[in-house]
Amino acid sequence: MNHQILIVEDEPSIVITLEFLLKQKGFTPQIARDGIEAMTFLENHQPDLVILDVMLPGKNGYEICQSIRHETRLDRTKVLLLTAKGRVADVEKGKAVGADAYLTKPFAIQSLMDQVDQLLAN
Amino acid sequence: MLPAWVTLLIAMLYLALLFAIAWWGDRRAEQGRSIVGNAYGYALSLAVYCTAWTFYGSVGRAASEGIGFLPIFVGPTLMMPLSWLILRKMIRISKRYRITSIADFVASRYGKSATLGGIITIIAVLGGIPYIALQLKAISYSFLIITGTTDTGGQTAFYVAFTLALFAILFGTRHLNPLERHEGMVAAITFESIVKLLTFLLVGGFVTYGMFDGYADIFTRAEGIPALENLFRFEPAAYSDLMWMTILSGLVVVLLPRQFHMAVVENVSEAHISKAMWLFPLYLLLINLFVLPIALGGRIYFGNTQAADGFVLALPIAADQSFISVLTFLGGLSAATGMVIVATITLSTMVSNDLIVPTLLRLRKLDIGDRMVVPRFLLLIRRTAIIGIIALGYGYFKLVPTSYTLVNLGLISFAAIAQFAPAVFGGLFWKQATKLGAMSGVLAGSCIWGVTLLIPSLAESGWVSNSVITDGYFGLTWLRPYALFGQTDYSSLSHSLFWSFLFNIVAFVGVSLFTKQSFEEQKQAFAFVDVFKQKQALPGVAWKGQARAEDLENLLKRFLGRRRSTELLTRFHQQVKLALGTNHSSELAELVQFTETQLSAVIGSASARVMVASVVKEGPLAIEELMHMLDETRQVIQYSRELEEKSRALELASAELRKANDQLKELDKMKDDFVSTVTHELRTPLTSIRALTEIILLNEGLPVEQRKEFLQLIIRESERLTRLINDVLDMEKTESDSVEWLISEFEVMPVIEEATRSLQALAAQKKVGILLVPPEFPIMLQADRDRLIQVLVNLLSNALKFSDDTGSSIYVSVRKEEGNVLFCIRDEGVGISEEEQKLIFEKFHQVAHTQKGRPTGSGLGLAICQRIVAAHQGRIWVESVLGKGATFCFTLPIESALPLRNNDLADPNSTLPLATVFNRKKHSSLHKTPNPASS
Repeated sequence: MNHQILIVEDEPSIVITLEFLLKQKGFTPQIARDGIEAMTFLENHQPDLVILDVMLPGKNGYEICQSIRHETRLDRTKVLLLTAKGRVADVEKGKAVGADAYLTKPFAIQSLMDQVDQLLAN
Repeated sequence: MLPAWVTLLIAMLYLALLFAIAWWGDRRAEQGRSIVGNAYGYALSLAVYCTAWTFYGSVGRAASEGIGFLPIFVGPTLMMPLSWLILRKMIRISKRYRITSIADFVASRYGKSATLGGIITIIAVLGGIPYIALQLKAISYSFLIITGTTDTGGQTAFYVAFTLALFAILFGTRHLNPLERHEGMVAAITFESIVKLLTFLLVGGFVTYGMFDGYADIFTRAEGIPALENLFRFEPAAYSDLMWMTILSGLVVVLLPRQFHMAVVENVSEAHISKAMWLFPLYLLLINLFVLPIALGGRIYFGNTQAADGFVLALPIAADQSFISVLTFLGGLSAATGMVIVATITLSTMVSNDLIVPTLLRLRKLDIGDRMVVPRFLLLIRRTAIIGIIALGYGYFKLVPTSYTLVNLGLISFAAIAQFAPAVFGGLFWKQATKLGAMSGVLAGSCIWGVTLLIPSLAESGWVSNSVITDGYFGLTWLRPYALFGQTDYSSLSHSLFWSFLFNIVAFVGVSLFTKQSFEEQKQAFAFVDVFKQKQALPGVAWKGQARAEDLENLLKRFLGRRRSTELLTRFHQQVKLALGTNHSSELAELVQFTETQLSAVIGSASARVMVASVVKEGPLAIEELMHMLDETRQVIQYSRELEEKSRALELASAELRKANDQLKELDKMKDDFVSTVTHELRTPLTSIRALTEIILLNEGLPVEQRKEFLQLIIRESERLTRLINDVLDMEKTESDSVEWLISEFEVMPVIEEATRSLQALAAQKKVGILLVPPEFPIMLQADRDRLIQVLVNLLSNALKFSDDTGSSIYVSVRKEEGNVLFCIRDEGVGISEEEQKLIFEKFHQVAHTQKGRPTGSGLGLAICQRIVAAHQGRIWVESVLGKGATFCFTLPIESALPLRNNDLADPNSTLPLATVFNRKKHSSLHKTPNPASS
């Protein structure tokens, strides 16, 4: 599989976890630890999937998601919002900025992997 | 010098101009485009106060008494600021109850008493006639000066008097005017006020700067003349004179019939008062600007060969300036004629309304069945009165060859009018003042005036034996007119004013206190004193009887004429329909009141009362009913005031509630934010724990190393969770009152070392050095030791968190400073921006900020530190420049404000009942009472 995946997350332990899980599935995920790093990466790459934390230093997940949606070059890029904000209003906001899926922390590994598979299959 | 016929022609032409202006003013008023209905016209019309007496007499007085002429203008100037209080009230009352003269005003106040109105009228006429004579004398005198002729038998004065009578009849009694306003007359007076001011300024300027070399020149020259020495000296007795004359003129500027007419009756808007309040005094100031230079100039120029009263005119004539002389003559003529016109019109109204009509009514000569055409008859009375008054003035002028100067004559008149003061002003503010009181006061005061001023003036003119002055009345020395009861300290005027006011006021107040008010008096007292509290006129008649509208309408027609009364009634019915609908009985009551008010204007309130009573069958209202009526009004006022107060209180309460609500909303939002951030902070470590546990569970073949790493991660994240929970609990604790502070005394350095030790491992891991800077001498401190460690650990771990660079250091210093111990923890990390510095100690803001990617921690640490330090009455702050590290400092008082507890000993409160312990704790932590044990 040659799908390119970008993880945008500032919590080191979560990065480790996600990286392990994706590598186990055979992907080689790229890591961005804050909003600015993520934007720099997206300028030069067209990942198939971005796993995006919401509360980030620099530029938050919603803003990054919006930027992706405004960039025609990144039309094919799927966004999976990953956040510790679990309220209905937060999910709504995620939908509003154009996220393809939304996962609340903490999550079960199975549901994460299902989402990843589904998003990449389309 | 001018030929007599030229001068007379000029005078007559000027009077013709006055007629033209008055005619024009009336025309404009009829067209509804008033030329005088503004504040300037109002202020100028008040200047009718400045008569020939001012124009010629001020100089006369100044030439004999120095600044003694001034009080006559200082009084009104001081009175004007009070006019908002007094004049405005008089205007409001007069407009509401159609009062047309000062006599009517007094009569109306005291139960519409015809007798009182009559007394006032008689005194006003008695006081007014010498004054009118004085104007005629001034005219005649000025004529003599300007023509250079000797006595011509007062021919000019006669012609002028005749013309003025014509003017007064034409513009004062053209028709019966229920408003009693005469726009044309006011226009002419306004014009005259301008003329006399400008001409006086002109002649003053000419004398001062044309004949002499300015103020300084005149004064220097006058000082050199021995005869003028007394003008620059000031006798102690003169102070009382100045005071009395100031009071006198302040009173009469409202009370003189002509002033009352101009200030009250001709007033069109209360708002004009505020402008007149400074315009009129300004006018007085300007017209007095050149009095002293002219007086002194005259004395220098003429010596004693020329009477000072004539200086104004004699000086330009002596300088051969015929143009200026003529203008000055016209100025004096304006001043004189203005006074005569207004005085005769107002006096004639008073004579008609308050003297003749009531008398005729009493004699039953004005019966309702009479065929006489009343309006024409009333006008006839007024016109006769005008001619009579002017004739009397002229007669007085011809028959009393007075040795008195103009000013002295004027002052005697003033003193008579001033006797109204207690009755008028007392009646405005004192409800208990009775008719008998007012009558006694006015009569007593006038008697004293007659005895101490009038009769002596006649004696001095040779009409009465001079022995009265020297030996006293009936040969009794204590009844000498200038030394009543042996009192000789005052000049004749001050003396008279003192005794007349004393008797007047004592009689007014004394009799008022010991007499009862009649029904009508109580009602009128209430109507006058509380005029501002009442929205509309009180019922003119305390009416509870029967009346036929037809009778009332006929009454109006008889007195006002068919055309005018039809007009008034039509308007009345329209207004009443609007206000009342078809309520027949109250419409009738309104009509009764309306009829009386309208009649008041043309025949005076007392007569109007009698006339209306004659067609209305009134049941006599008992005093209880009146009181009940007044009470109801009072209660309504009371209720509305209470309601106002309540609504104000409600507004206040609702504003407070709104504020409280806003605060609650803010608190609620902060709480929401807090919960949301805390849950976020909880979910983050839980995410790793959950995912890593699953990974380990699902991947049995995981390499040992990796399994170990994951397990360590799980442990670390669990610790983070624990820490967060502890912080939240701590936060909660420091916020509630129930915190128990364990204050003990200890040395500071070991505590710092202990705190540092707990972080040493972490520091070593980050390769950051922690350097302690010990104080020179050991410092002892009273505080909660464990809490202090908590603060230090929090600040140190913060510093560690931000010290990213390996090899950087954290400095901990401590020192004594003015009763405090100052702790500072400095790092070399990224620093904190200024905006953030303001926010970081606030719990919620702090949390909201830290979640933006700061390393670990709940973000509650600083908020907790702040609360602990504050509880110790200390201070915590941060100093930082972005990129150059931060220094967190806090102070703690060396002697704790919190009660000291020796941990080794048993709690001294422990033997007390539990409730007491609780209270004392609460008390001590709340109010932080200093513990005597610690001092």
